[in-house]
Amino acid sequence: MNIKLLHRRALYFLAFIIAFGIITGCASDKKKGKDSDDLVTIDSLEIDEQLIQDVKTVKEIFYSLPSPLETAMILKQAGAKYNEELLNPTDNVSRYVTNKSMALNLGIYTTDLSYASLFDQTQATINYMNAAKKMAEGLGILNAIDEDVIERLEANINNRDVIMDIISETIMNSSSFFEENDRQALSTIVLVGGWVEGLYIATNLVGADADFNNNELINRIIDQKLTLGTVISLLDESSDNADVQAVMTNVSELKAIFEKIEITTSKIEPVTDEETNITTLESETTISMSPATYNELKEKVKVIRSNYIL
Amino acid sequence: MKKIYQILIVLTVLALIPFYSNSQCKSFAKKVCKLELTPYIHDGNYNAAILTEGEDAELYKTFYAGQNYRIYICGSDALPEIEFQVLDVNRNVLYDNRKNDYSRVWDFKLQASQQLIISLRVKNSEGESEELVSGCVAIMFGIKEEAD
Repeated sequence: MNIKLLHRRALYFLAFIIAFGIITGCASDKKKGKDSDDLVTIDSLEIDEQLIQDVKTVKEIFYSLPSPLETAMILKQAGAKYNEELLNPTDNVSRYVTNKSMALNLGIYTTDLSYASLFDQTQATINYMNAAKKMAEGLGILNAIDEDVIERLEANINNRDVIMDIISETIMNSSSFFEENDRQALSTIVLVGGWVEGLYIATNLVGADADFNNNELINRIIDQKLTLGTVISLLDESSDNADVQAVMTNVSELKAIFEKIEITTSKIEPVTDEETNITTLESETTISMSPATYNELKEKVKVIRSNYIL
Repeated sequence: MKKIYQILIVLTVLALIPFYSNSQCKSFAKKVCKLELTPYIHDGNYNAAILTEGEDAELYKTFYAGQNYRIYICGSDALPEIEFQVLDVNRNVLYDNRKNDYSRVWDFKLQASQQLIISLRVKNSEGESEELVSGCVAIMFGIKEEAD
């Protein structure tokens, strides 16, 4: 190989790196570009404070869904019991071969993992961490859940605080991996999978004789109407992705049912406890949902979730 | 030929900066910010971006009745103060850290579940500096179980 050829190859390689960097760098600035498109054209020179406010654009907008860990904590706080039969069997992992199904089931298995760990189900916790690991590996998420994580989990299986910290870390590793690699659509699908699993578990834990006016689990299910708007905004950000479009169809079906539920909230009053320095946001909420709407919601969630776990 | 190489190397470094910044941001959020949530448990969500002084960000999230939350706004040391407010859906201010000496932590709970907006802005540096400072800013949420 002569020196000239070596130089030429080195130049080609450097040119490739630069082109790749510039293309992906621009892609990761997508939000910035979108915000710029929202700028208002000013056709008057009378600029007042309000106009300045209107023109001002926010550099970054985040839509945050409850993580699988938060979903499990909400369920437990609302009085949910543990029922392993409701979880997606870990034997199903081999069914998931597409990016969409692996992303949905990474969210589903991580919610199941969080739910099992909060109820101190040690063997189930290990099994679901392994199932989540397989989904993460399939999606190419490097080091999100490696052997070290599994070993730490097994070594601390009776220490709930450490286990929750490990779960929190694996969720963060996955979401930051997608963010860094400009795979926002998959990150969104993971979160929606986890959210649907939480809804599925909750709707199946409500007893047939539950009092609709005084049941914390039902209240948390109704609260998902508030989260639904964030789910849709998040999906909208990746609306050019075919898998996201499919998930959006499911979410739209849920939206049609949630629209039959009425939630009214009074003005929020923040009250701070001077001793603990914890603020309570005081407000009153009125909720109206018929048993028929609840059953419709429960059935729709079941159908969507069945399609996700295949 | 030597000059072409020099230009290409500079361009390569510039092209790789976004990757480096993002992974620095993740490492910062994981190693520095997460610790500040203790005794609350980090929910696992990753909301971080590189912001320059004067820039702002907003986050939309539903918070649930019965949970104890901690919001921690984590910014790299190089950045000036970060202002942050918590607003309801009608943009009424529920908390403003400017009234609390720019505290980056806020602990709260809710009587009823609410969708809230976390609005933050990196202040401009004081004094006359020609260079704008940029750094990683992460919005972290901690949750705490009620004692059994």
